[in-house]
Amino acid sequence: MSRLLVSPSPHIHAKESTASLMRDVVIALIPAVLVSVVFYGWKELLVLAVSVLSCLVLEYVITRYMMKKENNTLCDFSAAVTGILLALNLPYTTPWWVVFIGAAVAIGVGKMTFGGLGQNVFNPALVGRVFLLVSYPTYMTHWEAPQSLFGVDAVSGPTPLGIIKEGLLQGNTVPQLMADNGLNYGQMLFASVGGSAGEISAIALLIGFVYLLVKKVIRPHITLSIWATVAVVSLIFWLCAPDRFTDPLFNLLTGGMILGSCFMATDYVTSPMSVKGGIIFGIGIGFITMMIRYFGSYPEGMSFAILIMNATVPLLNMWFHQKKYGRA
Amino acid sequence: MTRTFSMGGVHPSDSKISRGCAIEVLPTPPTVYIQLSQHIGAPAKPLVAVGDSVKVGQPIAEPGGFVSAYIHSSVSGKVKSIAPRKDLAGNNQMCIEITVEGDEWMEGIDTSDTLITDIIDDNKAILDKIRLGGVVGLGGATFPTHVKLSPPPGKKCEMLIINGCECEPYLTSDFRTLLEKGEQVVVGTAIIKQVLGVDKATIGIEDNKPEAIAHINEVLASLRKVSPKFEGIEVMSLMKKYPEGGEKQLIDAVMGRQVASGGLPIDVGAVVQNVATALAVYDAVQKNKPIIDNSVTVTGECFPRQANLLVRVGTPLSYIVDYLGGMPADAAKVISGGPMMGRAIANMDAATLKGTSALLFLTEKQTRREPEGPCIRCGKCAQACPMGLEPFLLNRLARAGKVEELEDNAVQDCIECGCCLYSCPAHIPLLDIIRPAKGQVIGLIRARKAAQAAK
Repeated sequence: MSRLLVSPSPHIHAKESTASLMRDVVIALIPAVLVSVVFYGWKELLVLAVSVLSCLVLEYVITRYMMKKENNTLCDFSAAVTGILLALNLPYTTPWWVVFIGAAVAIGVGKMTFGGLGQNVFNPALVGRVFLLVSYPTYMTHWEAPQSLFGVDAVSGPTPLGIIKEGLLQGNTVPQLMADNGLNYGQMLFASVGGSAGEISAIALLIGFVYLLVKKVIRPHITLSIWATVAVVSLIFWLCAPDRFTDPLFNLLTGGMILGSCFMATDYVTSPMSVKGGIIFGIGIGFITMMIRYFGSYPEGMSFAILIMNATVPLLNMWFHQKKYGRA
Repeated sequence: MTRTFSMGGVHPSDSKISRGCAIEVLPTPPTVYIQLSQHIGAPAKPLVAVGDSVKVGQPIAEPGGFVSAYIHSSVSGKVKSIAPRKDLAGNNQMCIEITVEGDEWMEGIDTSDTLITDIIDDNKAILDKIRLGGVVGLGGATFPTHVKLSPPPGKKCEMLIINGCECEPYLTSDFRTLLEKGEQVVVGTAIIKQVLGVDKATIGIEDNKPEAIAHINEVLASLRKVSPKFEGIEVMSLMKKYPEGGEKQLIDAVMGRQVASGGLPIDVGAVVQNVATALAVYDAVQKNKPIIDNSVTVTGECFPRQANLLVRVGTPLSYIVDYLGGMPADAAKVISGGPMMGRAIANMDAATLKGTSALLFLTEKQTRREPEGPCIRCGKCAQACPMGLEPFLLNRLARAGKVEELEDNAVQDCIECGCCLYSCPAHIPLLDIIRPAKGQVIGLIRARKAAQAAK
């Protein structure tokens, strides 16, 4: 008689794997990648290619030769996700070598110094982005007229948040700046708002977000708590002084808000495990973002807010646990 | 929204490929091996000696303690040996070996198909019949039923729940029992309800078995016209979700109450019995027929013939397999029970027990475990845990040997349903790590209680 396998239960496994979850995130980012390439052309394609390739190569080299691990995490798409997210966080004009440095910091410092996949405290793509933002501010805020692939007219110039921040410093009011610069919500929702690639189309990002929710890759509580906090905080300020403070819809649709809240703050590794912890995490991100946008020196605060709240995750995990069956 | 339990759970494909297979009687094997320990509690003590002639339904072993059960001969013939024999896990267990001669039943056992709906009023006599019939819980735990039906003084049962969920993938024997012996199950339910002195009984059935739900509702409607003893029994359709049939989950789903950690269902006023147990109670009380056979699902995509068989207790597994066409070449694992909580069989010469509900054949591809990757902290294990535990944390604590923190994080509440390991995308063997840690913590809690009692 043939030999029988004997092992403890359960004897079957769900089809999901780390690789399939990460692949779903890549799929969810495809609409945003397509829109950015259509609007920004081959330069955006170059940024994407350099970022993703650098992340993959660095992940392989570091795990193989520095950490001396045979079991490589290259095939699990996690480095590819970091690469795409980093690229979507950069202006399409970023030179290739700056992109490479960003990828090196993201994977090398943000991820591998902590021990690789699952161990990092901070979102690797954001570590890369923020490093570039403080080290190469000129490249990171440099805007030029896009050379579109399909002749689509894209808006050049600084981001809406940048326009407002600059304008307010010069003594203008918010409604006046919005009108003067032709800023409207339809534009922000669908496409063609100046900024980094991932900021140009809220709809493309939201399609990806819905895909992740439907596939049950992520749960919505973190994203929703960020949106709710941003809406409430900006509503209070806007109602008090509409000349000085931007309105809730503006804040929800601009900057890295959608990209950050849907794809970066919901990163498994760097967000709390429990729903309660996740909601507090989201409230923190929303609040810090609004404080930076209204009172900080940077026009945009999403990256800093997420990184700051990443640091609180171990504590949130210790303090907040899910409800257990039959226990108070 | 259909009702279900409030936290966790997973949705594996239900794979009930044998659902169309009516229960058929397996021919009696030439020899049966009846294990003396086939229930939770003390092993039974033999009442027969080598060389004795026995009849079908004759008690051959008596309870070896308060929590124990009678065991009956499932065949007629001669006792050939009483000796240790390897069980399905490969461990030695005392077995009574009986060589089959004819099929002669004990006097007083009603072998006809006539449905008896009259229930005697003497609860003590009923409990006695259940005890003498060797009835144990057939939902998996094989806890002696008469003990469970005698709640400790001061505890009041408010609801009897009959577990017809059969939430494990592949298994269909309870489903077929509901369809083919629904009347008997309902009468058995009414008997248990009467013994417990409760007004309400709920038969919980998952909504992937609509035929069973419809059939039991019809049976209830017709039986209510016969006797008021069938009032108060309801069918409840429950969402298909594993582990709906877990005792604690079922109580949560049906009553919206949760059994406190370390407590018993009766603490929240519930008693749960399986469909097959209700049928066994009917047989024991109405027909004087002890548990001598039970229905077993034999299934698996790689298995040549799907079947639900009525099998005499003590039938060698290899006899069942040969009857249905032999062992498939690509079967890598044979499981006694379902794929989530069943036990892998090491020895096909082992014999069936009262509580054997299924033989499942899986190929290597179906049961393969991928190599373990790093935890990506997705929290899917915690979302899947029906006890609200955090397996990722328990895994870490268990590997670090932090026993006190394991207890603080309620590892002892784990019901070993397997949802965490099933859903982990990094293929971390969570339950494999948590199971021994749970044993360790439970040992610690017992030792502490014993030390306190000694003071």
